[in-house]
Amino acid sequence: MGEVQPILEVTNLKQYFYLKKEKLFGEKQIVRAVDDISFQLYEGETLSIVGESGCGKSTTGRSILRLDEPTDGSISLFGENLLEMTQKQLRVARKDIQIIFQDPYASLNPRRTIRQMLTEAMSIQDVVPKEKQEARMIELMQLVGLQPEYLERYPHEFSGGQRQRIGIARALSVNPKIIICDESVSALDVSIQAQILNLLKKLQKELGLTLLFISHDLSVVRHISDRVIVMYLGKIVEIANKKSLFDTPVHPYTRALFSAIPTVEKGQKRERIILKGDVPSPLNPPSGCRFHTRCPFATEQCKQQEPQLVEVKDGHKTACHYWENFL
Amino acid sequence: MSENVQAATLSQVRSQVKKKKRKELWQKIYSNKAALAGLIILSIYALMLIFGPLLSPYDPYEIDLQNKLQGPTLDHLMGTDDKGRDILSRILYGSYLTLGVGFSAVLFGGSVGILLGLVAGYYGGKIDSIISRLIDVMLAFPGILLALAIVSALGTSLINVTIAVGFFSIPMFARIVRGSTMEVKKLEYIDAVRTLGANNVIILFRHILPNILSPIIIQASMRLATAILSAAGLSFLGLGAQPPSPEWGAMLSAGRDFLFNAPHMALFPGIMISFLVLGLNLLGDGLRDALDPRMKA
Ligand SMILES: Nc1ncnc2c1ncn2[C@@H]1O[C@H](COP(=O)(O)OP(=O)(O)OP(=O)(O)O)[C@@H](O)[C@H]1O
Ligand code: SF4
Ligand SMILES: [Mg+2]
Repeated sequence: MGEVQPILEVTNLKQYFYLKKEKLFGEKQIVRAVDDISFQLYEGETLSIVGESGCGKSTTGRSILRLDEPTDGSISLFGENLLEMTQKQLRVARKDIQIIFQDPYASLNPRRTIRQMLTEAMSIQDVVPKEKQEARMIELMQLVGLQPEYLERYPHEFSGGQRQRIGIARALSVNPKIIICDESVSALDVSIQAQILNLLKKLQKELGLTLLFISHDLSVVRHISDRVIVMYLGKIVEIANKKSLFDTPVHPYTRALFSAIPTVEKGQKRERIILKGDVPSPLNPPSGCRFHTRCPFATEQCKQQEPQLVEVKDGHKTACHYWENFL
Repeated sequence: MSENVQAATLSQVRSQVKKKKRKELWQKIYSNKAALAGLIILSIYALMLIFGPLLSPYDPYEIDLQNKLQGPTLDHLMGTDDKGRDILSRILYGSYLTLGVGFSAVLFGGSVGILLGLVAGYYGGKIDSIISRLIDVMLAFPGILLALAIVSALGTSLINVTIAVGFFSIPMFARIVRGSTMEVKKLEYIDAVRTLGANNVIILFRHILPNILSPIIIQASMRLATAILSAAGLSFLGLGAQPPSPEWGAMLSAGRDFLFNAPHMALFPGIMISFLVLGLNLLGDGLRDALDPRMKA
């Protein structure tokens, strides 16, 4: 494991949003959407990020692409720090990482045909010579399961699932290595969800893609991932390979999250943890362990001291002072 | 081989789709009565603009003092003015002046305003604060007063009137474009093209601008009416087109002294201006209903 170089390495990433002061002499409000997270993405894997709404999943994805300018940290792609690049270098580097969004209605420019979108993408990054673009477009359409005749159509002429396929084709048009899927199937009907997930899986295998899969849907995550990151209020609380995480979740938050889904396997006799209260605001996150306001095991130490991510098993890390009690 | 066949059928599909789109737009305008009425009125003006000089029965500048101040007759359908010039010919010739000033003013004010609005809305931050303050200050002045001030500073001429009138439509365009830009730039397809590596120029002009055209077109047709009215107003006050010129506002102004014994001198240019403004407003309203989905009930 130690020998393999990650394709993307996120180190101490922070993404704060500074809100405008409401009162003249009021305090400056800071949203700590992502607060010091680190993880690695390895070539060909599917790494998922799960967590409740507002925990910073999308923000993590957007920071990696520098769609929001991260506050601090480093993001290195093939060993080069994206955050230190000039806009010009960044524009070139961006072709290696593409994103597929949640809302298939908002993610396509309504005034451009599919042909225009794909041509534009190929031309910006200069990935295909002009005379080969036509053939490449036809190939891309077939790759995502759309008829090449659809190239002349506008986005409003398609269904949600088809639009998501178009989004995938557009992302693939620049030959990316990594694709970030931000809730890419959440807006779709369940049957369509399965089709798109299978398409992503198929493409990953055929093209050797690496996926960063952001979702709040545990069953989807369980279906698609190799490894999983669990986030809570801008922090990573647990990271492990899928089997280890779903079989033996350690962090109280992860276990609470999982006890919300019915287990099929028998013999699993973990006590259910029911979360009390709402997720606190990332505006004023709780001190110490951010989960202490809702954690049934919280102690004085949890309020004071922030737990660090520690390896509890092979590649399975968690951030809880009392992880040994929960193994 | 099969790829070539496919490409050929694809280009057929492509031209069919284009035809269909054009048909849909026409149907939309056709089914909107107000827009249609506005369009018909404006087409008459457009014809006048193109064929005016060909159709005019007399030289618009030819003085014929023996026939001065005649009411409408078969010889002079709109009568003659105080120098005996044929009013119909003058109106036909003058159409390009009045419309030209209006269009150029809106073109000038619109381009500057759109650019400012795009930049302010897209970049935000300090640039936005500066531009927004500027817009506020400009909006605080009553438009016609601002125009008056500009013309008196630059000197009276039709070109200066165009600049002045264009200048006071800058903030209206800037404000609308700024707001729409801020809305559109948050959409995911903007993030998507940025992720593809598009630069700001591509994003602004290929992806944001085309998606905020509806409010711009609506605003332009409304501003055109105001611009024509203001330009005519300035000429009426003697600040724009000067006496022999057949600009409609100037003609109206000349007719002022003869309101009692020769009302037709002011009446016809007045009617021409009014209908033009009416047509533009009808089209503007109609376009707003047709283009702006938020206005639909
Ligand atoms: N541009 C911004 N300005 C201020 N706050 C922001 C901004 N973007 C995100 N946030 C805040 O950051 C936090 C994390 O948001 P984020 O969208 O990353 O959550 P998420 O995990 O993707 O949630 P969801 O499941 O709802 O998509 C939220 O509290 C959100 O309100
Ligand atoms: S550190 Fe304390 S509060 Fe946080 S999860 Fe562990 S036990 Fe709960
Ligand atoms: Mg999100």
